[in-house]
Amino acid sequence: MAEEAGMFMVTQTIGSVLCCKCGIPMAPNSANMCVKCLRSEVDITEGLQKNVIIIHCPECDTYLQPPRTWVKAQLESKELLTFCVKRLKNLNKVRLVNAEFIWTEPHSKRIKVKLKIQKEVLNGAILEQSYVVEFVQQENMCESCSRVQANPDQWVAAVQLRQHVSHRRTFFYLEQLILKHGAAAAAIKIKQMDQGIDFFFSNRSHAVKFGEFIGKVAPVKSRHDKQLVSHDSKSNNYNYKYTFSVEICPICREDLICLPPKVAASLGNLGPLVICTKVTSSIALLDPFTLRLCFLDADQYWRASFKSLLTSRQLVEYIVLDVEIVSSEVNVGGSKYVLADAQVARVSDFGKNDTIFSIRTHLGHLLSPGDYALGYDLYGANGNDSELEKHKGLILPDAILIKKSYEEKRQKKRGKPRAWKLKSLDMEVDDRGRGDPEKMNSEYEQFLKDLEENPDMRFNISLYRNREYQPSEMTSVADGDDLPSIPVEELLADLALSEEEDEGDDMRE
Amino acid sequence: MATRLQFENSCEVGVFSKLTNAYCLVAIGGSENFYSTFESELADAIPIVKTSIGGTRIIGRLCAGNKNGLLVPHTTTDQELQHLRNSLPDQVVVQRIDERLSALGNCIACNDHVALAHTDLDRETEEMIADVLGVEVFRQTIAGNILVGSYCAFSNRGGLVHPHTSIEDLDELSTLLQVPLVAGSVNRGSEVIAAGMTVNDWTAFCGSDTTATELSVIESVFKLREAQPSAIVDEMRKSLIDSYV
Repeated sequence: MAEEAGMFMVTQTIGSVLCCKCGIPMAPNSANMCVKCLRSEVDITEGLQKNVIIIHCPECDTYLQPPRTWVKAQLESKELLTFCVKRLKNLNKVRLVNAEFIWTEPHSKRIKVKLKIQKEVLNGAILEQSYVVEFVQQENMCESCSRVQANPDQWVAAVQLRQHVSHRRTFFYLEQLILKHGAAAAAIKIKQMDQGIDFFFSNRSHAVKFGEFIGKVAPVKSRHDKQLVSHDSKSNNYNYKYTFSVEICPICREDLICLPPKVAASLGNLGPLVICTKVTSSIALLDPFTLRLCFLDADQYWRASFKSLLTSRQLVEYIVLDVEIVSSEVNVGGSKYVLADAQVARVSDFGKNDTIFSIRTHLGHLLSPGDYALGYDLYGANGNDSELEKHKGLILPDAILIKKSYEEKRQKKRGKPRAWKLKSLDMEVDDRGRGDPEKMNSEYEQFLKDLEENPDMRFNISLYRNREYQPSEMTSVADGDDLPSIPVEELLADLALSEEEDEGDDMRE
Repeated sequence: MATRLQFENSCEVGVFSKLTNAYCLVAIGGSENFYSTFESELADAIPIVKTSIGGTRIIGRLCAGNKNGLLVPHTTTDQELQHLRNSLPDQVVVQRIDERLSALGNCIACNDHVALAHTDLDRETEEMIADVLGVEVFRQTIAGNILVGSYCAFSNRGGLVHPHTSIEDLDELSTLLQVPLVAGSVNRGSEVIAAGMTVNDWTAFCGSDTTATELSVIESVFKLREAQPSAIVDEMRKSLIDSYV
């Protein structure tokens, strides 16, 4: 008004009046009463709750927010404070300025919260007052905990992983992948079955997520079913048990496959004999004579499901007598191959008779005379695969070499522990007389050797440093040809949760 | 002496009564208690007149007066005017004025020598006030409020103003009115002073909600403790007798 017009304004000093109740001098306010008299007159906490009961689950340390939600909160945490304030009714009529905890003994089952509120009283005066609300904690188990207590083995969804082959290499590899990605964190039970593993979950969505994870790392075919467990007709609630049957394709790495004519034609007349080099969500097939690499999707595979001709069980050891390189180095799908003509003899024949095979191989870059190699003996194999007959005019080679063998050198190191180790899933083993423990051990050993030889297989797996391993000086002198071993940089130091400070601190090498 | 009373369960006694040094006007209430309290205090000193103004009972806020005269708004009926002229002493001039702001009690606060007026009052009204009431008129505000008649009450001895009045304003008003002023409240913290109490030179009437502190403030600022009605009225009677003789 006058101030905005730029006129001279006399400075106004507020005088003091007497409080109308107690008579002490005070600055005038809209009630003309001092704060103490006003507070004694009006109690703004009237009608607000001072004692509230909250329900707590001792198993999972959560608090109930009716009707059904359980909120996880620690004592004296921010979440608990928000929860407590939410449980108070009528708090929207006053303005909440501050809330904090007052310390109480944890086992007293009482939580005290001090609230500071503001409310308008009489004619426009705002009064601020703090008061204490006491929360009594009652113990009551939440639904999920009581269900777990009643029947710990109860599962709602199960994923049955199967591969119909005679070895367990795929499952060893999958186990490591699952550990690395933590895909089975939600599983309540894992059971090892013949030709597969069963995973049990308490929630259908966990099972679906796990099934999709497997679908990304292996070519699978899956189907699902459900079984009615109980039915509440009043509220139309149905409880089911869900089962997902996931089948992994039986083609594995290093298998020799004879493709059916249709599939060979669809892949551009890939020579009917192919080697499977890599299995991820699609299968990589390499023609060893033309060095062509093709990929087969999971869908494509299952449309024409073919089996392998020979698997890695049937690998035979050969000794290389002569190598003649035919073509130059080719980089196919990330790995190098060189076509070469080689003269090989089976180790079982060597020295006994003169059976020598002249074959073409794709491992020209690895082999030199005197090396040992593993391959499939087609000369001596009894192929009763119906696919072979479908291919008219197919000439089978005598042998196909798959990989170089380090068996001799391994003999020197036999019995000595490795510098690295692997973790394993917590599985229940179904012992029913099948599964020879010795066979299992040799398969596992073979898997570990595979890991050492193939860096790209190690890519998806976490390897941990073995603390018990002491590198001894003798072996390092004796090694002529380098045994493929895992460089130390790839190893992760295992997190040891122990009393010693120095061991528990390093996470990554 | 200050007295606490109620008009029909309302503590706003300044609304239903008008007290001056020469007369007292009260509203017509359902029970006679209000009237009898006034009578017991004032009967032998000054006449107490029961009236209505414009058919309403809020006479304290509609009229303004002192010992010299009484100003009533244009809403007063002829009968009420006549009744007032008959009942009040002869030297009190009763004048009906034509003013847009008809609640004269809210717009004018006066004692026997000086008056404070609403800033928007007509020029003629101001002259009328100076004429009829025989006072010097000052246009003023109290604590930023223009209804000076509501937010202050003063007599020839002292005055009580709105509690939020600043010290500078208090000094200025005090100089104008030539009486000591104090800022305070009435009726348990109510700021509308003149509606909550009515006062003259020797007595005051407040609403029953007035606390002891407020009452002591009123008694001290209006100097009611040693006041004797007889002394003041005797002066008036002397002048009356003089003229009679």
